[in-house]
Amino acid sequence: MSVFTWIILGLLVGSLGTYLLFSDRGRNPDHGALIGGIAGAVGSLVLLIPLWIYVYVQGKQPVYELPKDRPPLSGKHLTRMALYAFLILMMLVYLLPVYTVVVTSLKTPKEAGKLAKVWDLPTEINWKSYETALDELGPQLKNSFILTISATIISAVMGSMNGYVLAKWKFPGANIIFPLMLFGMFIPYQSILIPLFQFVQDIDLGGTIYGLIIAHVVYGLPITTLIFRNYYAEVPTEMLEAGAIDGAGFFGIYRWIVFPLSLPGFVVVIIWQFTQIWNEFLFAVTLTDQSSQPITVALALLAGGEAVNWNLPMAGAVLAALPTLVVYIVLGRYFIRGLLAGSVKG
Amino acid sequence: MASVTYRNVTKRWGDFAAVSNLSIEIPDGEFLVFVGPSGCGKSTSLRMLAGLEEITEGEILIGDRVVNNVAPKDRDIAMVFQSYALYPHMTVYDNMAFGLRLRRTPKQVIDERVREVAASLGIEMLLDRRPRQLSGGQRQRVAVGRAIVREPAVFLLDEPLSNLDAKLRVEARAFISKLHQRLGTTFIYVTHDQTEAMTMGQRIAVLRAGELMQIDTPSNLYEHPANIFVAGFIGSPAMNFFDNVLLTEEDGRMIVAADPYSLEVPEERYELYRPYLGKRVVFGIRPEDVHHPDYPPAGIIPAMGEANVDVVELMGNEKIVYLESEGKTILSRMDPRSDVRVGHRTGAVFNMANMHLFDPDTELALQ
Repeated sequence: MSVFTWIILGLLVGSLGTYLLFSDRGRNPDHGALIGGIAGAVGSLVLLIPLWIYVYVQGKQPVYELPKDRPPLSGKHLTRMALYAFLILMMLVYLLPVYTVVVTSLKTPKEAGKLAKVWDLPTEINWKSYETALDELGPQLKNSFILTISATIISAVMGSMNGYVLAKWKFPGANIIFPLMLFGMFIPYQSILIPLFQFVQDIDLGGTIYGLIIAHVVYGLPITTLIFRNYYAEVPTEMLEAGAIDGAGFFGIYRWIVFPLSLPGFVVVIIWQFTQIWNEFLFAVTLTDQSSQPITVALALLAGGEAVNWNLPMAGAVLAALPTLVVYIVLGRYFIRGLLAGSVKG
Repeated sequence: MASVTYRNVTKRWGDFAAVSNLSIEIPDGEFLVFVGPSGCGKSTSLRMLAGLEEITEGEILIGDRVVNNVAPKDRDIAMVFQSYALYPHMTVYDNMAFGLRLRRTPKQVIDERVREVAASLGIEMLLDRRPRQLSGGQRQRVAVGRAIVREPAVFLLDEPLSNLDAKLRVEARAFISKLHQRLGTTFIYVTHDQTEAMTMGQRIAVLRAGELMQIDTPSNLYEHPANIFVAGFIGSPAMNFFDNVLLTEEDGRMIVAADPYSLEVPEERYELYRPYLGKRVVFGIRPEDVHHPDYPPAGIIPAMGEANVDVVELMGNEKIVYLESEGKTILSRMDPRSDVRVGHRTGAVFNMANMHLFDPDTELALQ
C-alpha cells in the first residue's frame, strides 16, 4: 500500500474523530465540525509524516520507497487519492447494515425497540441476546451444519468426477449432456418448487433434512460440474496418459493424479456451495418441518410476528453469518488461486 | 524384450487418414526412429502402439501378441512424453515409483530399483524434490527414469528433446543412445528433427501425410533416398533439385541437361538409366557434392560448371555458398579456404558419383 493511502486514511480517520468530538459542542455545530475536521486532518498529517520518515530511515530496505524521479504529487497520485477516498466511502456505506446488526444485537430489548436510536451505540452491552439466540437456534444450527456439510461434500465430489469425465473422457454425446446439465443452473428455484416437493414426499423424505440434502446436491451439480470441468481442462492430458501407461485405470487416474491436483478447484466449489446452501431459504422452508429446519428458516420465524425484540434476531443473524465467514477466511486465500486455475502446470 | 509389428495399420478421424496402411517390422532391441514433418502421423503411430489411440484398421503386435484391444498398462511399454508429463504433486521418487506401486511391487524392490535407476541417470540427489523445482534437463532425465524403472519390453519416446535448449539436446542425444546400448530394449523414437533421427536411429522410418515413404538405415536413407521427399528431407542443407531435366546421349556418353549445365553421368550408371534416355527426369545433388574447383576431394567423378556467388556463410569448418545460375539457386558446402566472393563468378565441381535421378511423375528414384 502506498504512502498516500495511509495519508488519506489518516485524514479520514482524523476528520471523523474530530467531527465526533466537536459535533455536539458549541452553539454552531457545523462550524465546530468544520474546524474539527481541518484540525483532525492537520493533526493526522503532523502525526503521520514523522512516522513515515521514521519508518523510511529505520528500515534497511525502506518499506515506503520515496519517488525519486517524479514530483511527489502528480495527477496520477491525485486521481489515486480520489479513488481511494471514494472506495472507502463506498465501503462504509456497504458496511452500514452490518454495523446496525451488530450494534442492535448488543442492545437490551427495550433499547433495541427504539427506531430513532437505531444508529446509536448501545448504552450498555447486553450479551444475553447471544445466549438466548444460541439456546433457541441451537438445534437448527446443528441441522444447518449437517445439511450444509454433507450437501457440499457430496455435490463437490460428484461434480469433481463429472468434471473429470467431461473434460478427459469425451464419450459420445458428451457435447449434448454437458450443456443440458448447465441448463440446470438457469432454472429458477420457484418454478420447480411444487414438483420437487411432491418428489421428496413420494420418496418418503418429506419433512426431513435428507430430502433437502438431495435437493441441494442436485441443484448444485451443474455449477460444481462446470467449475471442475473447466479446471480439469487445464490439466495436461499427457499427464493422464502417462498415468494410464504407468498402470492406472479410470478410477486410478482420478484417485492418484486428478484428485490430488484438485485442491484449488475444491476450495472454490466448497466456498461456493457452502455459502449457497447455508444461506438458502426457499427449499429449506418448503421441504423441512419443525424439527429438521435449518437456521435460515428458524431465523425468519424468530423475526416474524408482532412485538419483536430486535436484539434477538440480530444476534441470531450474527450467529448465522459466522460459519460462512469462517469458511471464507480459512479457504479464501486459495479462492482466487482456484478461480485463476491454470496453476497446475508442472 | 519384444519385437513390434505394424500390420497394415490405418488411423482415421472421420474422412481424414492420419496414418494409412502402415506396415513395419521392428526386431527386438532395435532403435527405430519415426521422422517426418508435423502432421505426418508419426506421433499417432506411436500413440497407437502405446494404446492411447484406437486403431481403425490393421493390427499392432508386441512380441507375437496382437495388442489392438489391450489396455496401455498391460502392453508392457513405457513412454517419455514431449512435455515429460511428470506428476507435479509427487516427488521425483514417487514419480518414478508410481508405476511399480500400482503393480504392487514389494516396497523393498521399488526402493532398490528407483535408487539404482536414479544413480545410473545421475539424479539421485533430486529424489526428494518436486518437478517444479527441477530444470528442463533434470525433468527430462526424471521422465526417462520413470520409464526405465519399470523395465518395459518396449520403450517409446515422443519428441523427448524438443523442450531442451540446443546444447542440452546434444548431450541428451548421446545420453539416450548410450541408454539404448546399455538396456538393449526396443526403442521407438518420434522426432521431426532429421539430425536426431540420423544420429540416434539404427533404422529410420520417414513418414509423410500418414504414409511410409521409406524405412532404412541412416546411411542408406542418405545415400539412396527412395523418392524426392526423402531426398529433400534427410540431409541439411537440403539437396538441390533440377526439375524438368532431359537425359540425353552424345557420342556414346550419357548427359544430364540440367540447365545451364551439361553433366556427364558416370559410366557405371548407364545400364540403370538407359530406359529413361530422352525422357524428362529430376536431377538431385547434395550441397556437399558441389565443390570449389581449387579444393576437389579425391575420388570424385567431377563435372564442371559455373555460377554467380549470391551469399556466403562461413561456418568455420566449411562455407555454405548460395550459387545462382539462370535464376536457380544451388547450395554448396565448400572448403573454408575456397576463394568465393559475393557478386563474383566461381567454378563449381559436381561430384557425379553421388548424383540422384527421380521420375518427375511418381517422384521415385530411378534405380
